[in-house]
Amino acid sequence: MSLIHEIDHGTPRSKSETMVTLTIDGETMTVPKGTSIMRAASEMGTAIPKLCATDMVEAFGSCRLCLVEIEGRAGTPASCTTPVMPGMVVKTQTDRLKRLRKGVMELYISDHPLDCLTCAANGDCELQDMAGAVGLRDVRYGHEGHNHPNPGLDESNPYFTYDPSKCIVCSRCVRACEEVQGTFALTIAGRGFDSVVSPGMEESFLGSECVSCGACVQACPTATLTEKMVIEIGQPEHSVITTCAYCGVGCTFKAEMRGNEVVRMVPWKDGKANRGHSCVKGRFAWGYASHKERILNPMIRESIDQPWREVSWEEAIAHTASEFKRIQAKYGRLSIGGITSSRCTNEETFLVQKLIRGGFGNNNVDTCARVCHSPTGYGLSQTYGTSAGTQDFDSVEQSDVILLIGANPTDAHPVFGSRMKKRLREGAKLIVLDPRRIDLVRMPHVEASYHLPLRPGTNVAVLTALAHVIVTEGLADEAFVRERCDWDEFQDWASFVADPRHSPEAIAELCGVPAEDIRAAARLYATGGNGAIYYGLGVTEHSQGSTTVMAIANLAMATGNIGRPGVGVNPLRGQNNVQGACDMGSFPHEFSGYRHVSGDDTRQLFESLWGVALDSEPGLRIPNMLDAAVDGIFKGLYVQGEDILQSDPDTRHVAAGLAAMECVVVQDLFLNETANYAHVFLPGSTFLEKDGTFTNAERRIQRVRKVMPSKSGKADWEITLDIAQAMGFDMHYAHPSEIMDEIAALTPSFSGVSYAKLDAEGSVQWPCNEKAPLGTPVMHIDGFVRGKGRFMVTEYVATDERTGPRFPLLLTTGRILSQYNVGAQTRRTENVVWHGEDRLEIHPHDAEQRGIQAGQWVKLASRSGETSLRALITERVAPGVVYTTFHHPGTQANVVTTDFSDWATNCPEYKVTAVQVMPSNGPTAWQEDYDEQARQSRRIAPHVEAAE
Amino acid sequence: MSERSSEKLVHMANQIGTFFASQGAEQAPAAIADHLRKFWDPRMRAGILAHLEAGGADLDPLVRQAVERLRTMTAAR
Ligand code: SF4
Ligand code: SF4
Ligand code: SF4
Ligand code: FES
Repeated sequence: MSLIHEIDHGTPRSKSETMVTLTIDGETMTVPKGTSIMRAASEMGTAIPKLCATDMVEAFGSCRLCLVEIEGRAGTPASCTTPVMPGMVVKTQTDRLKRLRKGVMELYISDHPLDCLTCAANGDCELQDMAGAVGLRDVRYGHEGHNHPNPGLDESNPYFTYDPSKCIVCSRCVRACEEVQGTFALTIAGRGFDSVVSPGMEESFLGSECVSCGACVQACPTATLTEKMVIEIGQPEHSVITTCAYCGVGCTFKAEMRGNEVVRMVPWKDGKANRGHSCVKGRFAWGYASHKERILNPMIRESIDQPWREVSWEEAIAHTASEFKRIQAKYGRLSIGGITSSRCTNEETFLVQKLIRGGFGNNNVDTCARVCHSPTGYGLSQTYGTSAGTQDFDSVEQSDVILLIGANPTDAHPVFGSRMKKRLREGAKLIVLDPRRIDLVRMPHVEASYHLPLRPGTNVAVLTALAHVIVTEGLADEAFVRERCDWDEFQDWASFVADPRHSPEAIAELCGVPAEDIRAAARLYATGGNGAIYYGLGVTEHSQGSTTVMAIANLAMATGNIGRPGVGVNPLRGQNNVQGACDMGSFPHEFSGYRHVSGDDTRQLFESLWGVALDSEPGLRIPNMLDAAVDGIFKGLYVQGEDILQSDPDTRHVAAGLAAMECVVVQDLFLNETANYAHVFLPGSTFLEKDGTFTNAERRIQRVRKVMPSKSGKADWEITLDIAQAMGFDMHYAHPSEIMDEIAALTPSFSGVSYAKLDAEGSVQWPCNEKAPLGTPVMHIDGFVRGKGRFMVTEYVATDERTGPRFPLLLTTGRILSQYNVGAQTRRTENVVWHGEDRLEIHPHDAEQRGIQAGQWVKLASRSGETSLRALITERVAPGVVYTTFHHPGTQANVVTTDFSDWATNCPEYKVTAVQVMPSNGPTAWQEDYDEQARQSRRIAPHVEAAE
Repeated sequence: MSERSSEKLVHMANQIGTFFASQGAEQAPAAIADHLRKFWDPRMRAGILAHLEAGGADLDPLVRQAVERLRTMTAAR
């Protein structure tokens, strides 16, 4: 293993399909039109010296190091800014060029501190490299130049430093922040020798708009912007390609290592989801892996009021198996179950559901996707025939109109958010449907054409009104519908949406959006060119979540926006492996590949390979498990990598359900909230410690590679394997690749997937099978997976959760950039500098009415319960709406959410809760009791020797 | 099955009913019954059947027909 050095071609790849042939240093070279001479030479294998060019950003032409000679042209143009021309004859190395380049380098070096030996970038500095490349041996101006004394050292960002004395003012960082990240946080301030890079209005990095994505650090050729870990540890010596374990974008990284220590995570340019970009979480927030609170030994206890007792792996596994067997003997086969995680790998998830179906003998398996994207699965399979998004991320580069519904990509899917912003800066139009004024509504160089700030809970009404406009104004793509969809169903649907009660005018008051905005948005989506829909949990986490997904699918079909790049229906998945967890058969009613358990052929396939009889009845979903536990008939639960107590709605009910069980087994990195109710704790591994695959929101299957040994001694899949064996269900695998082979053998859409293929291709998007050996970037190209696309009638039904005099406000929930889900990982990193606590966003008008001051503690109460947190007064939320995140267990936002849920999938209605807000003095009694209980529950008994 | 559970089941079944109601009185009961059959575990189905036996209070008409169909389907198996 060695360090992977990616070639920097200096300027971005041209997408032109016209080819141009030229001669460089006597060799003929053919490249796409628009390619720079620098890139053409580099692709040929000749690296022209450069400083201000890098292939992640457009060329700028400021350093003048990359000069070349072109036959028939005067002077020495910069090769980074000069595009190739047919028949051009270029020389990259002549005496004149050598002399000029040396002169340029002399100037740079004379102004640069020469502490190379002790510089953090030593060995990874392009200035050093270029001095070497041009043969610089002498600096005539002396080294005393201006030499920037060092007043401006900025260490405010927790992950990287800015040392202006090393800056060569190449502006690569400024361009990376603008072009790659789209934040526009940096400028070059001052002139000449005095010019420096400056975040915002000469603020510190931390105090500026900077979102700590790391793009500038990566772009910087010198030690000016440097990761603190590199300063601390030194340069890495080998790298391993792996996949981020945070969000559903699925960025590929090079884990750059020194021995078993991670020095830094650098986004990989060949990563097909991220194309070399990253966000603060994947790039920097992996320190939780070695956090002192990580549990590394298995533990058990008889009851949850006792302290934990550390035991051997053998004892923990044997105890788990015997408890589960005891419970099944006493309460029946159906009295136990398990929960898989969207944070775990496909292989781990597959094994957990296999253990449950094959080893427990029932289908009581569910996954946390239940609480986020289960309506996507249901809605899209009803209309199109697959439970997944239709496009790859690259598709956005060809979109003309982006309809964004209930999603906040710049916070929740940052790297995709950056790619979307780039397309918007190029001129694509944006329509935002969201109760909150998310950043994309208006930010530097991006402005939505329409923001429809609808009342939480009225998605279906608004989407049906959009359809009304499309149908009644004759904007539907009839040719597409006739060819690709069921025409009769379309007509039924069209006459339904055409009913005047669905017109924008009729629903404007209900949803709080002006009718003319709805009309204008519908016209834009239907007629503005390639229309792409992206949506998030603001769509699914409603009592009509599944209906909303179908309404979205209808819109795309009616306008012909499906089946080619640039269009489509794209769910933005929350966690890294939500898609994979669903694909792997984590739902109680279906096997991997979304096949119902009652299907005899499918079941027999699994039965014959696994050698056991399988249940043909659907099992319990998470809320049903908890109900059954409260009813006293569900007694044992195996939870891998999930924290249902914090993430699921109606915390008191979850707690009551868990407390009623006799054996709760939690497999996780930390003693999470659910573990407060657990009897067995099995220490899990981080993504750095295991092999496997994740499937991102574009159905892309990517490798997770082990970069260090497991700290607890076992990979998660091995733990599941051991439990299965201890329960008498035989499983054998030597490596996760063998689990994938089994998945491929049992799942038609995965039949072409293997580790060998993933290693060769980097990644593939399912379906990957005989028909599509290299996977399927865009789905439904020639026809829908189900045959004809199916229009579904989507009647708006108001949620049962209504505001009234006692609870006059609507609470909606979400997440922010620097934190992830329940925060178990990100809270244990430096990311807390950006988000130390959850706050309640409230409109100034509502705050004033209640006498609430900024930053003050407020009580948030609903029919389910109450909690306290601090207020943040902002116009981002509309009057009548309040908003909070759920990253911190102390906040307990889910004490407040209700148990209303999506009609089809029981996905909880997180996005609508009627609440009241009032000033308070601090945490509620429940929060204090909860804290105390959690503290008690996390006690670990001091280690005592066995001999007594 | 506790009272809270059976109330919840009725609520959930009616919620399913409101979606399929738009498919018309002819098709809706079958579609609702099919949904219950596919997505509800046997205990929940037994719960709603027991509720029907006990008079089926608060079940919307189409949903009641669906649960009756479910009863026939269950008996036939
Ligand atoms: S870290 Fe990212 S957002 Fe911050 S200045 Fe650098 S490129 Fe811009
Ligand atoms: S900080 Fe680095 S990338 Fe930015 S201008 Fe200075 S040397 Fe160039
Ligand atoms: S959290 Fe998401 S966007 Fe950020 S690096 Fe990881 S996969 Fe990429
Ligand atoms: S690399 Fe071309 S001018 Fe700097």
